Amino acid sequence: MDMNIQNEQIVKEQTSKDMATRELLKVAIVGHVDHGKSTFVGRLLHDTDSLPDGKYDGIVAMCEKRGVPFEFAFLMDSFQAERDQGITIDTSQIWFSSKSRDYVIIDAPGHKEFLKNMITGAAQSDAAILMIDAHEGVQEQSRRHGYLLNLLGVDQIAVVVNKMDLVGFSQAKFDQIESEYRQYLGSIGVEATQFIPISAREGDNVVVLSNNMPWYNGPSVTQTLDSFAKQSAAIDLPLRLPVQDVYKFDERRIIAGNIISGQLRIGDRLSFSPSGKTAIVKNIEKWPIAYAEKEKQNIVIGAGQSVGITLSEQIFVERGDVISHVSDNVKGFETGELIEPHLGKTFTAKLFWLGENPFKIGKSYKMKLGTTEIMVRVKCINHILDAENLSQAQGDQLLRNQLGEVVLTTRENIALDDYRYFNKSGRFVLLEDFDIAGGGVISLETYENERAKLFAKSSNITRVDHAVSLAERENSNGHKGGVLWMTGLSGSGKSSLAISLERKLFRQGMQVYVLDGDNLRHGLNGNLDFSDIDRKENIRRASEVAALMARAGFIVIVSLISPFVKDRKQASIVQGEGFYEIYINADLVTCETRDVKGLYAKARNGEIKDFTGISSPYEAPEKADLTIDTYALSVEQGAQKLMQFAVAKFHMAYEQDYSI
Amino acid sequence: MSRLDDLEAQSIYIFREAFNKIENIALLWSLGKDSNVMVWLAKKAFFGNIPFPVMHVDTGKKFKQMYEFRDRYAEEWKLNFIREICPPIEEMDETLPPAARSAARKTVGLRNATQKHGFNGLFAGIRRDEEAIRAKERVFSPRGNEGKWDFRHQPPEFWDQYKTEFPEGTHIRIHPLLQWTELDIWNYTRRENIPIISLYRSKNGMRYRSLGDEDITHPVKSEAYSIDEIISELGQTKVSERSGRALDHETEDAFERLRAEGYL
Repeated sequence: MDMNIQNEQIVKEQTSKDMATRELLKVAIVGHVDHGKSTFVGRLLHDTDSLPDGKYDGIVAMCEKRGVPFEFAFLMDSFQAERDQGITIDTSQIWFSSKSRDYVIIDAPGHKEFLKNMITGAAQSDAAILMIDAHEGVQEQSRRHGYLLNLLGVDQIAVVVNKMDLVGFSQAKFDQIESEYRQYLGSIGVEATQFIPISAREGDNVVVLSNNMPWYNGPSVTQTLDSFAKQSAAIDLPLRLPVQDVYKFDERRIIAGNIISGQLRIGDRLSFSPSGKTAIVKNIEKWPIAYAEKEKQNIVIGAGQSVGITLSEQIFVERGDVISHVSDNVKGFETGELIEPHLGKTFTAKLFWLGENPFKIGKSYKMKLGTTEIMVRVKCINHILDAENLSQAQGDQLLRNQLGEVVLTTRENIALDDYRYFNKSGRFVLLEDFDIAGGGVISLETYENERAKLFAKSSNITRVDHAVSLAERENSNGHKGGVLWMTGLSGSGKSSLAISLERKLFRQGMQVYVLDGDNLRHGLNGNLDFSDIDRKENIRRASEVAALMARAGFIVIVSLISPFVKDRKQASIVQGEGFYEIYINADLVTCETRDVKGLYAKARNGEIKDFTGISSPYEAPEKADLTIDTYALSVEQGAQKLMQFAVAKFHMAYEQDYSI
Repeated sequence: MSRLDDLEAQSIYIFREAFNKIENIALLWSLGKDSNVMVWLAKKAFFGNIPFPVMHVDTGKKFKQMYEFRDRYAEEWKLNFIREICPPIEEMDETLPPAARSAARKTVGLRNATQKHGFNGLFAGIRRDEEAIRAKERVFSPRGNEGKWDFRHQPPEFWDQYKTEFPEGTHIRIHPLLQWTELDIWNYTRRENIPIISLYRSKNGMRYRSLGDEDITHPVKSEAYSIDEIISELGQTKVSERSGRALDHETEDAFERLRAEGYL
């Protein structure tokens, strides 16, 4: 075939206005290593007359220098290592135009070592050309790439059977490959637009239909490309606007982000997930010229746009919040297209893993979902998928470049969308160390939406003048807030138990904090002595702080001698529900023998006045909620007992799998 | 959405992402058509206020018109402007071909400036369609010690999720214009009415398509004076944009070597 063929399809002369609005389609070229992808791109560019002057001669010179036959692949394989080894390492892009529109061709490497680069390239595309070598037939990466295209959301695929010249342009060979690969795609629910027999090296059926294969009646590759549709922005789906940032450069507080789906107008009432807050859009901000007052009611911004909005109410909004419209319908999952995103902590995902280290059950990874960043724990690997034959195996880890179905959990409720309905907000990446190490798509099929439960509860306590209600905090933490008030003599073991319990509860993923009497006296209570009146004030302050923290969702462990019944009673009133009095019981002799801080000795010497048990009374609880006899139990045994008590009192249907 | 709206939205997203995730960033302003579009997009992303410095790493060998442009718009656009000077040619690797050696001044100047200000992220206005090595770039592209680019092990980048975490001692180059073409730049410049340096306009049958140092940048034959004419000409030409940039053509691997060392 003549190298310098001019094609009628390619018209270089366009008016300038035309060029600005010409549609741009992104096409990825994928397939097994050495099946001729880079060569194909070179041929495509050459035959559409898209190469800059001198480029072709430059490639001829490079090939001569290396003593190899002419190789179009050198056009895209720009790294020296790629040219020297004759292999594509990283993805590259090049532009060309047909009569109807412009194209970016994204060349994706086919060697399995460079799968991350293939994904980087292919994930950006509107459509893909999957290349299969006629001589070698369907290979491992042919199938894997087909599967990944589907997972990456690329659903327009042309399968190109290359190197037909090497099999004598055999129709039988082509038919056999088409049938085999069509069956594979069918089994993962993908239908290829077209199967095209070509020779990239010789140019058959790339731009111009070939005389060498009279049995083929279909379109050429460029004709097929022209039949692909540009992926349109998802304006018909419900609104999703993940908050990217909040700016306060001047008097405006601008919420910025890129709209993933749906549309938005000034005056719309928006819902923020997972917080459940709502607010009305006051304005849509724009630079350099703001919208005029009279045009405001007509402005609609939508999917694909990077926008900035202000709100009528000053509610607290931060990066990671997902903006949607408000809906009363939180139950329906009939369509899956919820107005407000699903709220939950657990979801299933189809995942591809690219990390150096195995992806393992029990490990935690940072997840980026839209602008949300949160730790997720691998709860389960449902199966490991072999992309070759689609068989499923069991295992507790995914190795690099493996695919699988997994269950992930977070500690807090997050806004989730099901990938089947929201292909952009329903996908996420996982990080290992500093790099993206995997990607996945979310399925919520079997999970209950927490939204109804959450916000039904919070409506009961709307009196609480907080943007975040206690019920929300509790749901987020997975446990109630409250106070464990440990009373007992100095040296009875309160502090040791408190610290040990704090660690245990923390390991369970609970929000917990110790208020220790000695520590409080360093700061908050630094101006108080040990007189009865100051002891009373000491306890009053401690109980107020404890109650505040409990309202913030914490389990507060107060470790305080608190010798008087009356003061402890007062503390329990300040807190109300969720106050538990715990008696750390050790007799005076035991405590004085321990005397870890040397205080008893000082008290006996009269160096310390008003020392409980020596020169000041201790009133033991009459009916403590729990008593720990520290003369009989070790610290570990005591803490264990406390732990069981705390979990029973504060735990809310908490998931077992955090108890590592 | 139109093609330009699409590109604009994507670039703004990139700007905002970098600003949120990376502390201490700056925009590299080379005064050319691309970096002017980049400054404009930054202003759009942040509603007129660019919340980080705009830095010119100056070789001292730019065209007079470029310096005039810089001084005027640094003020008019209310930029937090920084100028840093490149070290002299004598300090550069002697084994490099002459133009590449000259360009290496910029690499070292950039490295020095980055260290001096402790920048963790730098916005650079490179585009994939300019040059085959740049075509392989990531939007968020990590640079190791000394600003080096490990192009053999680039991180994956997909679904609008970028590499925003990196160890101490390294930094990120952020490329908001990576997906733009030369034509997109001109179409956008026209649509947004962004000022340009007069050297891009034809004078005596010649104009500059790409601006660098005066001694290693050459004009191309052209009659295009207005932006409309430039756009129309670009729609038809088969001469590559950087054909007037000497350093691209010295040896096959000159550009790869430069970029590996940290050149833009």
